[in-house]
Parts: sequence; C-alpha cells; structure tokens
Amino acid sequence: MRSDGSQSAPLGLKIAAACGLLFLHLPILLIFVYAFTTEEKSFVWPPPGLTTQWFAVTWNRPDVWQALSLSVRVASISTAIALVLGTLCSAAVSRTKFFGRETISLLVILPIALPGIITGIALRSAFSLADIPFSFWTIVLGHATFCVVVVYNNAVARFRRTSGSMIEASMDLGADGFQTFRHVVLPNIATALLAGGMLAFALSFDEVIVTTFTAGQQQTLPIWMLEELIRPRQRPVTNVVAMVVMLVTLLPILAAYYLTRDGDQIAGSGK
Amino acid sequence: MSLDAAMMRATAPAILPGSGGLRGALSDLFWRKPKVLLLLMLLPPVLWLGIVYIGSLFALLAQSFFSIDEFSGLINREFTLKTYGDLFQAANLDIILRTVTMAALVTLASAVIAFPIAYYAARYARGRWKALFYLGIMLPLWSSYLVKIYAWKLILAKEGILTWLLAKLHLLWVLDAWLSLPIVGGNSLSVSFTGTFIVFVYVWLPFMILPVQAALERVPGNLVEASSDLGASPGQTFRNVLFPLALPGIVAGSIFTFSLTLGDYIIPQIIGTSRLFIGQAVYSQQGTAGNIPLAAAFTVVPVVIMGFYLWGAKRMGAFDAL
Repeated sequence: MRSDGSQSAPLGLKIAAACGLLFLHLPILLIFVYAFTTEEKSFVWPPPGLTTQWFAVTWNRPDVWQALSLSVRVASISTAIALVLGTLCSAAVSRTKFFGRETISLLVILPIALPGIITGIALRSAFSLADIPFSFWTIVLGHATFCVVVVYNNAVARFRRTSGSMIEASMDLGADGFQTFRHVVLPNIATALLAGGMLAFALSFDEVIVTTFTAGQQQTLPIWMLEELIRPRQRPVTNVVAMVVMLVTLLPILAAYYLTRDGDQIAGSGK
Repeated sequence: MSLDAAMMRATAPAILPGSGGLRGALSDLFWRKPKVLLLLMLLPPVLWLGIVYIGSLFALLAQSFFSIDEFSGLINREFTLKTYGDLFQAANLDIILRTVTMAALVTLASAVIAFPIAYYAARYARGRWKALFYLGIMLPLWSSYLVKIYAWKLILAKEGILTWLLAKLHLLWVLDAWLSLPIVGGNSLSVSFTGTFIVFVYVWLPFMILPVQAALERVPGNLVEASSDLGASPGQTFRNVLFPLALPGIVAGSIFTFSLTLGDYIIPQIIGTSRLFIGQAVYSQQGTAGNIPLAAAFTVVPVVIMGFYLWGAKRMGAFDAL
C-alpha cells in the first residue's frame, strides 16, 4: 500500500495547481517591474527602459510622506488598542467557560466577517447621528475594531496550547496573580501577541474601505493610492508607492509566519 | 550566599505572607473570586465592540428607516418605509441583480480554480513544499488589496502586458471577438465586466483555497485509493468521493467570496463599466447624493442576502469545515 503520501500527483493536477499559483503571484511581481519603468504616460509593456529616478522623485514628495506618516500613526495606535482588547478577550474566553462565550467570539469576528462597506457606513451613520466630526480618532476607532480579531485569533490559538497547570504551579510556588501574569503567562503568549500585532498592523496599514467612510479630508496612504487609481496624475510615483506598500505589508506577514509556524494554528489563516 | 541567609530560608514559614498593599489585595480578590477577574477582562473588549460596532450597526439600521426630503435635501428623522420602497425602483433592482449575478459567477470560478491548488497542497505537498504552498496562498491573501487591483489595471490596460502577450501568440482576434460581445465586452478589458470579474476572482481566490484545503486535509488518502481499487475512474472518484467531502469547505469559502463581492465598491469603480454595483450605489448615495437613508437601506440588502446564505450554509454543515 502506498499511503505514506510519497506518491506523485497526476500531471493534470500539477499543471492546474501550478497555473493557479502563478495566477496568484505574477501580478504581484509585475508591480516590482513597473516601479522601474521610464514610461510616464501609460502602462505600456514591455517597459521602454529602466530607471531608478522615480524613487528620488517619490522621496521628495511631501504628500506621500504625510499620507505615510498618518497611516503609520493610525496603524500603531489601532494595533496597540487591538492588542489590549484582543488579549483580554482571548484570555477570558479560553480560561473559563461562561454563559455567552460563543456570543463573544461572534462579536469579535463580526467586524471582519461582514463586508467592509457595512462596517464603514455603520460607523459613518453613527458619527453623523452623534454629530462627531471626522478626525484622526475616528479612523483609529474603525481600524481598532476590526484589528481586534487578528490578535484574538492568534492569542486564542496559543492559549489553547498552553497548559493551565503552569499557572497553578506558579501560584502554588507563591507568586501572586500579577507575578504569574508577568513571568509565566506573558512569556508564553509573547510571540503569538507579536505575530497578531504585526498582522493587525498590516491589516490597518492596508485598509481602505472602512477608512473612506471615517477619514473625512485626511489621506492615509491607501486613500492616496485610491485617488491615484481613480484619477491617475503621477503614474511613476504611484508605481513606486505601490511597490513600497507591497513590501511594508509583506514583511510583517513573513515575520508573523516564522513566529508562529511551530504552532497548530498559524497566524493569518483567518484574515 | 551566606550561611545565615540559608538558615533563615530553611526556617521561614512554608506559607508566605500576602504581599500586602493594593496589589496584594487585588491579587487575592482575583484568586478568591475568579468571576470578578473574568468580568474585568471582558468589560473593555465587550464595551468597545458593543458600543462602537454594534451601536453603529443599529445606527445604520435606524437611518434606513429615515427618509430624505427631496426638495431641501435634508434628512427627515421620522420612521418611514419609504426608503425601502425606493429600493424597488427598476434602476435599483438592476443594481442588486447585477451584483448578485457577479457574486455567484465569481464564487463559481474561484471554486474551480481553488480546487486543484487546495487538493495538491492537502494531499501531495509535504515538508518544504507544504510550507511553500502555505506561504504561496498566504502572501497574496495578505498583500495590499489596492496594489493587487493596481497590478490588474497594469495588466488589463490596452497597452498592457496581456495585449502584448496575445499579440505575440497571434491570438489578438480572440480578445477582440470577446470584447465585441454585448454585455461582457467593452472598449478594453479594464473597462468591461470581464475585467471586473477577473479581478474579483483574483482578489478573493485565497479566501476560497484555505477552507477547501482544510476540508480536503481531513479526507483520508486511502478513501481515494479504495475508490480506485473498486474500479472507479479518476472522474468518478472526484464526483462520488472527493467532491461531496470537499463540499462543506467549498460552501465555507463561498461565504467569503460571495459576501466580499456583494460588499465591494472599489474594484468595480477602478476596473469596470460605469454601471453600478451595490457597494458603489451605497458609496455614491451617502457621498455625493447625501442620501444616507437610501445608502443604509442598500447595505441592508447584502446583510439580508448573506443571512439567507449563512442559513443555507449552516444546513449544509459548512461551519464544521471552518
């Protein structure tokens, strides 16, 4: 019997799977080529020439820097809020069984399960009913809400693998609740939190749908990109920004993967 | 360590005194009454999500029962079903029908493309290949949504790589023939429904692959072998063994592809025709038209459709595959 998984796949399946993966990856690679093109006015392929001058042009653009700085600030604060709320929630859900536990899980997942436009317009109508003006904090409010779920998912998976007897042992040895948290619980869940935090950062940094409803006049980097996509003015600068955004979101994903790959559940499986 | 200190240790009582102060008292309280700790842990996230999120959803629902005064453009905050009535105008029904058709087609295509990848990853990929497949699905899933759309704008543009490739293969006539078709065609792929469709499939594909792969991981390899031992052709094995077992995973994935397509307004805005989808209708109603009640009523449509969809999916056992 050959049930050890060492047999090779039928040729048709191999080709179909390879084509599928190419379909997923070739468009992303294309972005890296276009960042170097000399063409300014159109998306012509193949690029008539290659240059690095657009990196310098982009570097000197204040609007790009402003958008980038707003995005980084929003993502950092949203991630911090999501880390606190997600950890609390996952600790509560995984350590005890209580009435309404399933409802809490659903509540956390809902903001990402419903389409972004619903979250966005819901927040906007709440702001309009409550007469809250748009500001930095209205963006953060939206982002933190859907970032909680990634931290929560990662922390819950880690808590499931952490044995409760370690906490009891720590208490038996005379540590109080805070010491146990500081020296036993936190080191155990630290990498899961780091991974969750990075994914939350990537999610917030890239988010555009909810942001269009909660940002008012301010531009995060994705909103800046969106404007350029609808009314292209600076194609070469957009190409460079696209490549940078791609790198900024990919690195945290890779890091989160390596931080949690030994686990039974790997970060990111539930975007 | 001196001998004295060691002696002190040995004679110290086995039970340490409490650490005292507020910190000690709190720690003791949490130990004696775990429910207090539980409450304190749950309170911040539940308050946040309850007020910010659920509160907003109710605000949205409330808005959909308001109406707009057609002359002054002001919102009339009185209960009415008039806004829902507006939803059933022919133009709006068109938008809903178009979006649902697109969502169904995108879901079907994603399932067809996702299956081989998921099957290979679940059954044949081992060790390094398994990790490679995992990252190969995860990186496109997480990479920037807007940049992915931008990449397709580059690909589908008239002067872009796809036209170039087809010209090299002497297949441009196929593209021209397709673009001259009535509904799916257009001036170029980037301003046609075909383009919108391709980009939707591309962007949501990883959401389909993951649950299908999870469902297929649970199919024991010897089931497939038993099927072929009993004389089934590969096609029969697929139809009678693999497909039924993968179906809950496909339904679970279709929840994502369907719901995400229903709610998206950026893809059809950037790559597509000027005819609206639900998401665009919502966006333009609340933005330029300033008609938040109608926008709110429009968002209730995908929520209701997804409600029915989830109900059906639950009956098929799709949630066990998640």
